[in-house]
Amino acid sequence: MLQQELSPDQIATEKPYLGLGLNEDEYDRLTELLGRRPNFTEVGLASGMWSEHCAYKYSKPVLKTFWTKNDRVLMGPGEGAGVIDIGEGKAVVFKAESHNHPSAVEPYQGAATGVGGIIRDIFSIGAKPIALLDSLAFGDPKDSHVRQLIDQIVAGIGDYGNAIGIPTVGGETRFADSYARNPLVNAMCVGVMDTDAIQRGKAAGVGNALVYVGAKTGRDGINGASFASAEFSDEEAANRSAVQVGDPFMEKLLMDACLEVTREHQDALVGMQDMGAAGLVSSSVEMAGKANSGMTLDLDLIPQREPEMTPFEIMLSESQERMMLCVKAGHEDEIVALFKRYDLDAVVCGRVDEGHQYRLLHRGELVCDVPVAVLTDEAPVYHQKGVQPARLQQPAPDFEPGALSLLSTLRQLLADPNVADKKAIYRRYDAQVQTNTVLGPGADAAVVRVRGTHRALAMTTDSNGRYLYLDPEIGGAISVAEAARNLVATGAEPLGITDCLNYGDPTKPESFYSLAESAKGITAACKAMNTPVISGNVSLYNETNGEAIYPTPMIGMVGLIEDLSTITTPAFKQVRELIYVIGETGPDFNGSLLQQVTTGAVAGALAPFDLTQDAATQRRLLAAIRQHLVTAAHDVSDGGLLVALSDMAIAGGLGAKVDLPLPASWLFSETQGRFIVTVAPENQVAFESAMGDDAHLTGVVQPAVLTVATNDQTLTVPVHELATINEEALPCLLK
Amino acid sequence: MKAAVLSFPGSNCDTDMTWAIGEVAGQDVQLVSAQATSLAGFDCVVVPGGFSYGDYLRSGAIAKFAPIMSALKDFAAAGGFVLGVCNGFQILTEAGLLPGTLQWNTSLQFICQPTPLIVANARTAFSTAYSEGQQITLPIAHGEGNYYADDATLADLEKNGQVVFRYAENPNGSRNDIAGLTNARGNVLGMMPHPERAVETLLGGTDGLGVFDSLINAMKGAPADVATRTFA
Repeated sequence: MLQQELSPDQIATEKPYLGLGLNEDEYDRLTELLGRRPNFTEVGLASGMWSEHCAYKYSKPVLKTFWTKNDRVLMGPGEGAGVIDIGEGKAVVFKAESHNHPSAVEPYQGAATGVGGIIRDIFSIGAKPIALLDSLAFGDPKDSHVRQLIDQIVAGIGDYGNAIGIPTVGGETRFADSYARNPLVNAMCVGVMDTDAIQRGKAAGVGNALVYVGAKTGRDGINGASFASAEFSDEEAANRSAVQVGDPFMEKLLMDACLEVTREHQDALVGMQDMGAAGLVSSSVEMAGKANSGMTLDLDLIPQREPEMTPFEIMLSESQERMMLCVKAGHEDEIVALFKRYDLDAVVCGRVDEGHQYRLLHRGELVCDVPVAVLTDEAPVYHQKGVQPARLQQPAPDFEPGALSLLSTLRQLLADPNVADKKAIYRRYDAQVQTNTVLGPGADAAVVRVRGTHRALAMTTDSNGRYLYLDPEIGGAISVAEAARNLVATGAEPLGITDCLNYGDPTKPESFYSLAESAKGITAACKAMNTPVISGNVSLYNETNGEAIYPTPMIGMVGLIEDLSTITTPAFKQVRELIYVIGETGPDFNGSLLQQVTTGAVAGALAPFDLTQDAATQRRLLAAIRQHLVTAAHDVSDGGLLVALSDMAIAGGLGAKVDLPLPASWLFSETQGRFIVTVAPENQVAFESAMGDDAHLTGVVQPAVLTVATNDQTLTVPVHELATINEEALPCLLK
Repeated sequence: MKAAVLSFPGSNCDTDMTWAIGEVAGQDVQLVSAQATSLAGFDCVVVPGGFSYGDYLRSGAIAKFAPIMSALKDFAAAGGFVLGVCNGFQILTEAGLLPGTLQWNTSLQFICQPTPLIVANARTAFSTAYSEGQQITLPIAHGEGNYYADDATLADLEKNGQVVFRYAENPNGSRNDIAGLTNARGNVLGMMPHPERAVETLLGGTDGLGVFDSLINAMKGAPADVATRTFA
């Protein structure tokens, strides 16, 4: 197991770093920064810290363009998670993280540890995690490999969240062939805390202690950060040793203990950080970097699960459920004793030093002595140039659906896994533990009450790779705008976003183009919706055998409901209530679900949409909801108007009689910026004057049957028939 | 009523239970660590849901050895009221305080959903607030909720009226659709559905309040509770 380590000179000639994810230029850069040849441990540390996962070396120039600050943001990107003020002395903390690569290789543990990692990011800030969401993307469930991935990923997410006792309240599951071998597993966690108790991951104050807490360090997930920053190929299908194993029971103890520290031992705590990607090295060196400190760690003191671990293995292990604390000198015993009460390992493993060196001792020898900045600020940054992919230079002609039957097309879309009821997936998640879930999975957004206030938080995840494949800039904007519409539909004011940027190999100009262009769209939409980016992560190299996934930024958005009585759901409530379509409908079929379902592909130019107008419509609708003028609201997305109407009918067990003076096929168009809402007849005047020209009265709620008239076709169908199609589709596909 | 809610490492519905009993039902309630050794002074003890000690071996299999368990057994033997919910039910069967066992759901999947139940016996200390045959809806959230007991035990349970709640649509394969049952004496109830998750209209319903209201009434010495029953 323990092989003879190569000497610095041997490293220079034998180049083992190539297998660790460092290229020759990067090795040369490291040598130059140190003024000498690095030893094996130092090369290993650099390979982890300079990986895309830790250093964002390709994406940093793009990430810098994000809009990250408004008057409510208390802490933006750069820490474990971002923080936004929600009033009444409370703040919301949230972040999302991808675990695509581990989940492709070992779906159960890959997904489980993705959940575990994002939870640690939240409580490292001092926030109590109150909700989880998962954004998943898979290939066609008719493929048995895809079904296996779905089953194991869902099981992994469920087993972790269910056991630790954080409700999984929402998310999304999308299906397209592009994700067949490279599923997307993006987990988001939301926490709540007092505004005056925000922790940062820093190690400051010479002589203060570094305290390692939680699980022991083993040989699992070694150099996982570098693994996640490379592509898959069939030749390297089984890269299992790079995947970690999760233990939610251990994490619950760790979470409870860390929250007790932040609650009751503020005086002793200097900083706290999760050991995530690149494990011990990233947590410790980043804590030193943020405080401009030096640091010495004694690796012999690190609790180890296996004998004879090398410094490289100890530092780059991604064993789960571990945290690093910086504790004021003199308070070590008090903190160690607290963790012992939870039956957790806690050891003082190092001290903050004068100067700026990062030193590691192993069996009495100095095995690493490098400036902190070499591993943090001095990581390379690459300014890539994007090239527009050929498919975007000359888009295919507009998709014309032609003559279609309203009823058979509706049936087809309701049975498509993208639209189908996802209960078969989400019922495997405990959505109610902590007893604050007002709206769980299945609504436009989840709504969770904030105890100790009169408020609630709404939260959603949105992504739509189909749109970005056709136009990354417009598609990026749509992802943000749609997330905002989902929140507004529940009665929430959007506060901010977190994102997982899932793309292909950034060294390929076409992939980088998608990343950079979509960032423009995301930024424009964030400004229009007043939702800054407060946290996020990047997952590049989502390619299999050279083929990239659809560019898929996942937008996790959180909104604020100030009055619990204004929470709104999509379900029709009462016969005779008025049905309005908010926003205009055009023939926007390129990139639509209708196109994917009927042609098996997406093509054509994506229609631009007016962000300013969308934002204004959303503000007016939110104001109307807050005045109790709206009884049900639903945003119009995948599948268009008729699918949205069916959703509301199925959810309420009621029908509708509507007259839509449009060509029948337009009922499946995916024009942006639209909602369907219901209004009690007595509020008609007030609602119409609040909404102005945006609102089009289209019909009324009626019992049991959906009746639709268009320019050229009519439809009459019992709602229970639609419900059956929608509910049975996914269980049938997953069998 | 002064209730103790036990907290094992890995319990995760313990604070939900104290919220339901304390904030919603307005009773005196206290969390008691599984390391504690006494339950003196409490009128009833609740064993809440979660994953005690991770439940890695088998649900409740480690929890039954926790220090608090001998105090709990003494408490039950003295006729004190004990309510076990979800993992609490599993712990009570593992500890021998209730007959039978809870196996994996027949789907082999964790299931979280609102579930219709029929009140099969409204004369126990835990169910007087309901009426016999009443249908209520409570959430379930478990992987191992498939109740099993052998034929002879089941026959006894039915004969004694120990089955308190039955599933209207059996979600997990439980024999005789059993969702909740008492011991022969009627002072210990285990149930898989979560009454503490159904105590507020805001969160979707209040059908679970009846369990707590019944207990509160039983403390006041209301008739038709365990005291009036004549089990051996």
